[in-house]
Amino acid sequence: MELFLEQLPIVLKALNVGFIQTLKLFFITLIGAIPLGLVISFGSMSKFKPLNWLVKMFVAVIRGTPLMIQLLIVYFFPGLVLGNPIWGSSESGRFLAASTAFILNYTCYFSEIYRGGIQSVPLGQQEAGLVLGMTKRQIFFKVTLLQMIKRIIPPMSNEVITLVKDTSLSRIIALQEIIWAGQSFMKGSQGISGAIWPLFFTAIYYLIFNGILTILLAQLENRLNYFR
Amino acid sequence: MPILEVTGIQKSFEGTQVLTDIHFSLEKGQVLSLIGSSGSGKTTLLRCLNFLEQPDNGIIRVNGETLFDAKDPSTQKAEEIRRKRLHFGLVFQSFNLFPQYTAKENVMLAKKLLMQEQPNFKARKKEIFKEIEAEAVSLLTQMGLKDRMDNYPHQLSGGQCQRVAIARALALKPDILCFDEPTSALDPELTGEVLKVIKRLAEQNTTMIIVTHEMAFARDVSDQVIFMDEGRILEQGTPKQVFGNPKEERTRQFLNRFTEG
Ligand SMILES: Nc1ncnc2c1ncn2[C@@H]1O[C@H](COP(=O)(O)OP(=O)(O)OP(=O)(O)O)[C@@H](O)[C@H]1O
Ligand SMILES: [Mg+2]
Repeated sequence: MELFLEQLPIVLKALNVGFIQTLKLFFITLIGAIPLGLVISFGSMSKFKPLNWLVKMFVAVIRGTPLMIQLLIVYFFPGLVLGNPIWGSSESGRFLAASTAFILNYTCYFSEIYRGGIQSVPLGQQEAGLVLGMTKRQIFFKVTLLQMIKRIIPPMSNEVITLVKDTSLSRIIALQEIIWAGQSFMKGSQGISGAIWPLFFTAIYYLIFNGILTILLAQLENRLNYFR
Repeated sequence: MPILEVTGIQKSFEGTQVLTDIHFSLEKGQVLSLIGSSGSGKTTLLRCLNFLEQPDNGIIRVNGETLFDAKDPSTQKAEEIRRKRLHFGLVFQSFNLFPQYTAKENVMLAKKLLMQEQPNFKARKKEIFKEIEAEAVSLLTQMGLKDRMDNYPHQLSGGQCQRVAIARALALKPDILCFDEPTSALDPELTGEVLKVIKRLAEQNTTMIIVTHEMAFARDVSDQVIFMDEGRILEQGTPKQVFGNPKEERTRQFLNRFTEG
């Protein structure tokens, strides 16, 4: 017990540092994938066949393969195949590589959710706007968008919670996120080795963070309950 | 000069002819009823007038101005179509109100967006929005919705929704207001309140084209009736002529189905 109390501050400090990296990856993925997903969803609804086909293929490949593989390919492909290790081997290089892979992956998932959301808004809404002399742009921003947001919040919430847990996959390219930090005490770090309990503590971080997110997302959903 | 002249409109979807040689004209302040069985092309005709469909052939003129001529590409420029639409208003069978806006906001939205294009908008913004709001309030009051203005569509009955939709269309002061079966989605007991509103508009000399299956109403309110069958105008005339003394056997059969109930 005494030993535990002695080690706890050291472990928590390391976990906090790892968790910051987890959070950074989480937020940068959202910041990138939320708008890019919209661009891709427009591509997948495009009436221009070649573009439509290309985008749909891309989405199918990304959604059909594990994020883990995408991480490895994004990180190692430039160096091993092109002979140009653009990411370098520093922590910040690994972070960039991880961000790229995560944004790529989540953009595709989000784009499909958006597409479903946009297509679930009845065509009559758009026609009503047209007949009232509104431009396509005005119709999208003033009429369709909020209805779409309302419809996509539940599936987006699921993806966001999954993203929190998925960030741990970046461990595979040795990004120093919270799992990496917890695991280091198994191998030995700062005088602590063979300890598995720090890993249990990482689980608590995930639980608390996901709990907060769940509450916030539910509030957002409630905010839009004023219309149907 | 008629307010609306439609000449030789043709429309087909994937090879099936839906409208054939549609010819008619409408005087300002008059009401035209379009009747005919399901699939006869009534909705398609209204959609052509509102530029939601593009006719394959024919001319649409409003106040002598050629808004659309299938043979003249210069009348089909995408950026002008939006302005041309404003000559017409369209009230849908299923209302198509914007669910995230209150009744009053539904009526104001398009006008607000349109006024933003005015050159002096920024300077007069507050004043302009006040005017738009006052107009919306007045329109909704006319529709009997004075105490429903801040309700959202899902809080309103079908009849109330349709009256909001009528106010929304009127807010842009169209030359010609079109209705596509405005009461078909309503329970019978709500039909009357909407028909009453339309009748009052007719009395105020609003130019209207009404697609309807309410024969008694069409007979009562219209100046002109067109009976359509398989995409053609089979018969047109005053309500007295068309309902009282139809020339065509098809019209007679169609009307009999309604009187026999
Ligand atoms: N977008 C479209 N694509 C293909 N066919 C269409 C389309 N819109 C309408 N049609 C066809 O055109 C014909 C006329 O349809 P329309 O909706 O104009 O009839 P209507 O007189 O309004 O009928 P109803 O009384 O049932 O509303 C129908 O046979 C319909 O199937
Ligand atoms: Mg119809």
